[in-house]
Amino acid sequence: MTDLLNSFGYEAWILHALVWGPVAGMLHVLAAPKDRAKHIAFRWSAVLFVVSLGLWWAFDPSGGFAFRSSVPWIRSWGAEYALGLDGISLFMVLLTTFMTPIAILGSFKYVQSRRRAFYALMLLLETGVVGVFLSMDLLLFYVFFELTLVPMYFIVGIWGGTRRIYAAVKFFIYTAVGSLLMLVAILYIYFSSGADSFAYDAFLAADLTLTEQLWLFAAFALAFGIKVPVFPFHTWLPDAHVEAPTPGSVILAAVLLKMGAYGFLRLLLPFFPHAVQHPTVVTVMMTLGVVGIIYAAWVAAVQPDAKKLVAYTSVAHMGFVVIGVFALTVNGLQGGLVVMISHGVSTGTLFLLLGMMYERRKTRLIQDFGGIARVAPFFATAFVITALASIGLPGTSGFVGEFLALLGAFETHATAAVIAALGVIFAAYYMLPMVQRILFNELSEPENRTFPDLSRREKVILTPLVALMIWIGVHPTPFLDRMGPSVDRVLERVEGARTGFASLTPELGVRLEGSIPESED
Amino acid sequence: MTAVAGPATPFALVRSFQESGQWEPVLLWLIVLLPLLGFAINGVLALRAAGRSAAALRAGHADEPFPGGARPWTHTLPSWVGPGVMLVAFVLALVNFAGLWGADLHEPVVRRYWSWIATGTLRIDAALQLDHLSMVMLLVVTGVGFLIHVFSVGYMKDDPGYPRYFAYLNLFVFFMLVLVLGAGYAMMFVGWEGVGLCSYLLIGYWFRDREKSDAGKKAFIVNRIGDFGFLLAMFLLFRGFGTLDFVPIFAGAESELVYGGFGVTVITLLLFLGAVGKSAQVPLHVWLPDAMAGPTPVSALIHAATMVTAGVYLVARSSVLYALAPTSQAVVAGIGVVTALFAATVALKQYDIKKVLAYSTVSQLGFMFLGAGVGAFTASVFHLVTHAFFKALLFLGAGAVIHSMHQALHHSKDDRDPQDMRNMGGLKKRMPVTWAVMGIATLAIAGVWPFAGFFSKDEIIWYTAAWAGAESNPYRGLYTLYWGAALATALLTAFYMARLMIMTFHGASRAGEGGKRLREAPPVMTVPLLILAFLTVAGGWINVPDALQGSFMGLFGFLPGEWLHHWLEPVTAAAKEIQVSGFGEPAHIAPLGGGEFFWALVSTAAALAVVLAATAVLRRRAYVSADKDAGPRGRLALALYNKWYFDEFYDRCIVRPLLAGSRWCWKVIDTVIIDGIVNFAGNFTRLAGWITSFFQTGQVNTYAFVFTLGVLFVLGATVFRGLMP
Repeated sequence: MTDLLNSFGYEAWILHALVWGPVAGMLHVLAAPKDRAKHIAFRWSAVLFVVSLGLWWAFDPSGGFAFRSSVPWIRSWGAEYALGLDGISLFMVLLTTFMTPIAILGSFKYVQSRRRAFYALMLLLETGVVGVFLSMDLLLFYVFFELTLVPMYFIVGIWGGTRRIYAAVKFFIYTAVGSLLMLVAILYIYFSSGADSFAYDAFLAADLTLTEQLWLFAAFALAFGIKVPVFPFHTWLPDAHVEAPTPGSVILAAVLLKMGAYGFLRLLLPFFPHAVQHPTVVTVMMTLGVVGIIYAAWVAAVQPDAKKLVAYTSVAHMGFVVIGVFALTVNGLQGGLVVMISHGVSTGTLFLLLGMMYERRKTRLIQDFGGIARVAPFFATAFVITALASIGLPGTSGFVGEFLALLGAFETHATAAVIAALGVIFAAYYMLPMVQRILFNELSEPENRTFPDLSRREKVILTPLVALMIWIGVHPTPFLDRMGPSVDRVLERVEGARTGFASLTPELGVRLEGSIPESED
Repeated sequence: MTAVAGPATPFALVRSFQESGQWEPVLLWLIVLLPLLGFAINGVLALRAAGRSAAALRAGHADEPFPGGARPWTHTLPSWVGPGVMLVAFVLALVNFAGLWGADLHEPVVRRYWSWIATGTLRIDAALQLDHLSMVMLLVVTGVGFLIHVFSVGYMKDDPGYPRYFAYLNLFVFFMLVLVLGAGYAMMFVGWEGVGLCSYLLIGYWFRDREKSDAGKKAFIVNRIGDFGFLLAMFLLFRGFGTLDFVPIFAGAESELVYGGFGVTVITLLLFLGAVGKSAQVPLHVWLPDAMAGPTPVSALIHAATMVTAGVYLVARSSVLYALAPTSQAVVAGIGVVTALFAATVALKQYDIKKVLAYSTVSQLGFMFLGAGVGAFTASVFHLVTHAFFKALLFLGAGAVIHSMHQALHHSKDDRDPQDMRNMGGLKKRMPVTWAVMGIATLAIAGVWPFAGFFSKDEIIWYTAAWAGAESNPYRGLYTLYWGAALATALLTAFYMARLMIMTFHGASRAGEGGKRLREAPPVMTVPLLILAFLTVAGGWINVPDALQGSFMGLFGFLPGEWLHHWLEPVTAAAKEIQVSGFGEPAHIAPLGGGEFFWALVSTAAALAVVLAATAVLRRRAYVSADKDAGPRGRLALALYNKWYFDEFYDRCIVRPLLAGSRWCWKVIDTVIIDGIVNFAGNFTRLAGWITSFFQTGQVNTYAFVFTLGVLFVLGATVFRGLMP
């Protein structure tokens, strides 16, 4: 397979194609008649997914960042258009290219107005997200990070529900505040490193005192923490989800939230290795992760709106990512990554399913349903499997991620892991009542008697998603093997700083000489 | 292995193993895969059938299951697929059993199929392990499972969800086999949660009924509390051993863990929390009686014979760890005996035939944990096996009764509860086979010689007494107490079972008009009952204690003594050794004096006496049907009838506060506090924006879009320029 890909020169163009392909698709959509928009958008995204699949074989996990290429962008600042891919971004990119066509296909019936604009924005969103995951230059990263805000803002604000403006503005302000702080932090490192470069490697080499690291960590962590979202910065998410149209929710849950967690792994840990090991920082992050898991599960359990319920479960799931990442162990980081993938697939699917319910009944309130399993057995089967994957039943993707994240957290922070493990119980506490009240019980509402089962298009959407949940649950090794070396490198970087940390004098602000290893290639 | 090329019969295979002394499991993977295959086939049929009835429902047809009258092929094929895969699996299990019997094997055979989860430090393989203990479980699961599948063919015949039922049942067996054959705690956990899922699906099988789907949900959530313990135990084991596989953990346990130390005590207690959830022990027993909402064969298979005994299997499997933690052992035995006694008291006052059996199961599981807790791991597995026989028989018998009652009441348009024993009576004449086999099972569970339950229960009680007498046992007094409670429980058991038999089968019929329509179940149901009845009679003979062997109670020694004990020795010997070195040798005299033979004689005589006395007394009592009965009176009777108010207590102290707290988090923390701050900040910004808006057009949309285009343009231009030479 690799040879075949090489014969196309795959390595040279693939990353650029993934970033610019959606833009080309966007232009095509804008130029096409509006009845064709959805088909064109779907085809572009589907082709991009197929093309991106080559990464699975072409990427060599053992060799650090692959397919790197850079072009000077703003010469006077030293900013570059630089892309690269490692085992962490690989899966984020694949998740994005996989979920985008699915979300687009899932919106065929949902979106009826201004279709051209909608599909153009969906493709623009893909460019932004893929760009975030591939950037090897911090200014570029920031631009892509901000770029994702715009299409999402419009998707919620134009095609959303009744409170869409409130939700869109809340989403925009919340995340913009965080990212502005990040911009300040990026500029600070840029100037203090003295390298006149925004390159990722230059930032790695920046020599920062512990105090600086802590402040910069705070700025980055706020930006990413809002995105993840980490408790207590999560309240934009339920509103955005409830108001967003189905494809918006799918992309939001499956991919956009991952940008925050990706930022933790790609930037926070390697840039501020001392700060992330600072006892206060670790305690705060672990606490927020654990509180998120438990608190969000509780709040989810009492939501009358199914979509809001699932939105809160996202917060709980991402809590597992946070504790996995800040455990700073191999199992924790790998678990966090698997939770990210698994959550992207299973929660994305749940939103699709809820969207299908809404298309049929024009309501999302759990109490309006009941007994759906009798009239829509295929729908019910997909719903149950997805719900089980979401609550981490062994044999599904959710278990592998949560198990590893908890195990990894337990290795370094037993108390936090023990409390977080309670989330396993509370997951059943929020999910099963919803499943029961939607699918089971008596078919009491007359409107539900004509609830149509899945159409062929819907089966086509759901089948690969369900298959993926089970594949990752049964045989996650190909995933773990590909992300392993990259995770190890992040940890080596953090651990390399640990030796320096031990010899640190108690006062803050001491230069950490020789403690930061050479940047890796 | 090479000797058996070509079309070998199973017997030739077995012989070749015995001759060579070498042994390889035969098609172990296929045993596990067969039920999964059955699930796949039945699942597809179920979806087809459900799609058809959904279409009928949408078209506004009534709930008539088969409009045409005859059952469609989706409802006939599962009758062959469901039991068929079980039969093949059982035959394969027998082949392996014969091979293992012939082989001289002291180490488990581990087969690794693929690497399941592997990170830098952790490695979990999808691996199966066959040894003497998992062999016993394998035979029980496939054997009893097969019989129950066959019974289901008759019991569920008219159910519209027939293929879905068999799909779930096959899936359950698959996960149960993963549970008992998994080569490590992680694989076991896969089966552990998987059977929980199937239990959830099957309890709520008739999901239209709110109460039934509630029961399924409750089972799942309560089980997850136990799973939480299991998870944490795995984390600790991984920290201690760097692996979750059984073989290295048990081999290294004695050197890695301190006898009676904190580590091993916590690990074993956490594992036991898992067992308490799965095996419905106090205080997590509340889901099992509700689980009776599922079809009765499900109660027989999952909630009596197999899944609920998984906790006992877990403890027996981890016998080395428990032997190293005497405190945990005392806790296991204590919870076991408290559960046994408690559940037996509740069973005294239940009217629903399945509820009686459910509490009886909880009580018998308590006995098994008592056995495991006092270090009598063989006895506890032995009781697990005999219990699988006689309790499956009791449940299936009850199923036959309910089936008959349901049809009779249904025909006479009588909406009374077909499971309420107050509506039964006099069934003996109408259902003689069912009466006879249930009578046998009653004697067995009551502990009357020479039925299966006598040997296994007596062994547990005797070991409790014997270890109570071990000279350096730190919990001697406690063990003596356990012994007394176990004896009392045995007598209560004899009483409530006699009551069940009398209320169901004797006296005058209280079924009213429908009484005349009551008839014996068809052969597809009675034949499994008869086979189980045979096992209920003879099943105990596989482990006749040496102390009884010389007397008439040893059945004149026509079978080898303590066969199961010797069979399991490769698994349990290490634990026994540790226990003897800690506690000293078990005594030969019970705390009140008297040896094993004496107490065996006393207990069987007492059990028989209670059965006869209860029969004599209750026979004369005039029962009235449920609609005329005022129910229990008196505080104690009410407390028993209401199951000691456990559900009410949990509802008030856990469920409602949790819901109220959840609502408070949402309405106060999220909505008022966090969003209050956010909105305040937003409004403040809006004020500032209003002032600055005089300088701007205010079209945010335009700004943002222009911004985007600008960025793209700049980026695109850069790339373009960069790619140009």
